[in-house]
Amino acid sequence: MAEVVLMKGNEAIAESAIRSGCLYYFGYPITPQTEIAAYMAKTMPKRGGVFLQAESEIAAINMVYGVAGSGKRVMTSSSSPGVSLKQEGISYLAGSELPALIVNVQRGGPGLGGIQPSQSDYFQATKGGGHGDYHMIVLAPSSVQEMADLTSKAFDLADKYRMPAMLLADGTIGQMMEPVVLPEGKPNLIDKPWAANGTLMKRKHNIINSLNLDTPDLERQNFERYKKYAVVEENEVMYEDYMMEDAEVCIVAFGIAARVAKNAIAAARKEGIKAGLIRPITLWPFPKKPIAAAAEKPELKGFISVELSMGQMIEDVKLASSMKKPVELVNRAGGMIPTPDEVLTAIRKMAGGDK
Amino acid sequence: MIVFQKPHALTDKEFHYCPGCTHGIIHRLVAEALDKLEIEGTAIGIAPVGCAVMAYDYFACDMFEAAHGRAPAVATGIKRANPDRIVFTYQGDGDLASIGMAETVHAATRNENITIIFVNNAIYGMTGGQMAPTSLPGQVTQTSPYGRDVNLVGYPIRVCEMLATLDGPEYIERVAVNSVANVRKAGKAIEKAFRNQVEGKGFSLIEIVSACPTNWGMTPQKALQWIDEKMIPYYPLGVYKDRSAAKEAK
Repeated sequence: MAEVVLMKGNEAIAESAIRSGCLYYFGYPITPQTEIAAYMAKTMPKRGGVFLQAESEIAAINMVYGVAGSGKRVMTSSSSPGVSLKQEGISYLAGSELPALIVNVQRGGPGLGGIQPSQSDYFQATKGGGHGDYHMIVLAPSSVQEMADLTSKAFDLADKYRMPAMLLADGTIGQMMEPVVLPEGKPNLIDKPWAANGTLMKRKHNIINSLNLDTPDLERQNFERYKKYAVVEENEVMYEDYMMEDAEVCIVAFGIAARVAKNAIAAARKEGIKAGLIRPITLWPFPKKPIAAAAEKPELKGFISVELSMGQMIEDVKLASSMKKPVELVNRAGGMIPTPDEVLTAIRKMAGGDK
Repeated sequence: MIVFQKPHALTDKEFHYCPGCTHGIIHRLVAEALDKLEIEGTAIGIAPVGCAVMAYDYFACDMFEAAHGRAPAVATGIKRANPDRIVFTYQGDGDLASIGMAETVHAATRNENITIIFVNNAIYGMTGGQMAPTSLPGQVTQTSPYGRDVNLVGYPIRVCEMLATLDGPEYIERVAVNSVANVRKAGKAIEKAFRNQVEGKGFSLIEIVSACPTNWGMTPQKALQWIDEKMIPYYPLGVYKDRSAAKEAK
């Protein structure tokens, strides 16, 4: 039996990353994710790895670019304002087709905002964030266990598709403690013949680059990249289907919002209202198919997007459902978390709408 | 008997640089150092944003192209993860001393064991001749059309002098490439900067006072003269820091 340990979400990310073969961490202090840097600072030197506190978020992501281009697993972590600073580097990672993990333990914004949990970086994470046409793989943990599991998964997916991956967590899951089973065994490291790690005079030079002044060729590269994204969308969607078999109300929620939603669903079911949940685990690629399928069910009255933002994911719910059923929003913002009662009220309203 | 040939560490790709531009000389000096120290196979270079943006096509070693000003951070990542490799950046004055100043200063103060080739031609070349952090007082550029007014936009930054105040860096030297004698000295300085890295001594930066005849609006000959008459008086050549030599002297 694997050992169960009690850990903070942020620490679970750090330990899981190291066990996943990531021996290089570059970061800059920012609440509420600093435990990741602190864990790395303490642990990396003992495990033969590198922890370096960079002079800025910008420097940190460019250090990540260097390590990723040399073919090694690498990560950085930050929280919302810091992740904005990393966007330039993330665009370069995407343009140069480099795998790396960026963790965003979100806090309320915009601007300096606050330090309480938020999901208001959904657009930034899933729609590109930086300049140019690109995507990251975006994974949204909703427990400390998933902080560990999805960290490992993110490295594997990033390597497999040569693209940056983001773990989009929030301050609640980052700070909470839960029992967790950490990854065991050998990490899934693959050969990277494209890496710029020295020719050793045995091959032509490798170049890590996103510049292409040949306009038709740059267009071709963009189309090629989107062919790859289509494969990711086809093969890598992850979501949890919770009590959806007979649901008349479908909540869509991720991260901490999904846990609130589950409490509301339990309360609704006690009242005889058949509520269910589709919990996206990958936010990009977004689980369009299950939402589209739910929208087709005659018994389904509508969707409720529960978010810690002013309503960002709801746009994807509307697109995926083709608006075949009403899509409502239950949201809190700026660091506030919706209560199960707020969600329950919305469920009752939607369920009773036809009565 | 062969008396001169293209260094092995340069590819056969034709340079895109303007007539009279000194990037070609500096590329050759860097490649000669890689050849002489037999480090082409372990070298990883980082091109900047600026005129040398396509240096990745010219050096035969593995190469990166970095975001504007970020080369020292990229180099830090590469070197920390690959300590047995020889990592160098090749940057201009806008890249290194304006948008990338934080990365430059912090790589220096950490004494990252890397080599920085800093080309100072007092102007933004690739974008067509705008004022640089190193443009001279009174210098006319596209964005200082009445001459650099130090009361409005401040004074040029002397990078070597500034970095030499830090305890971190191993070696800081300013050279020029406007005469045969200066080119030879520049070659020696660049070689030393790479040797320092091979020997694990730490951060070495060579500033090379360079010509940009196109954007200075001068003939190549006049541009080389201008280096002597205007640039070098503001940017004196010499060794600004040599930690190992200072230790030995004690």
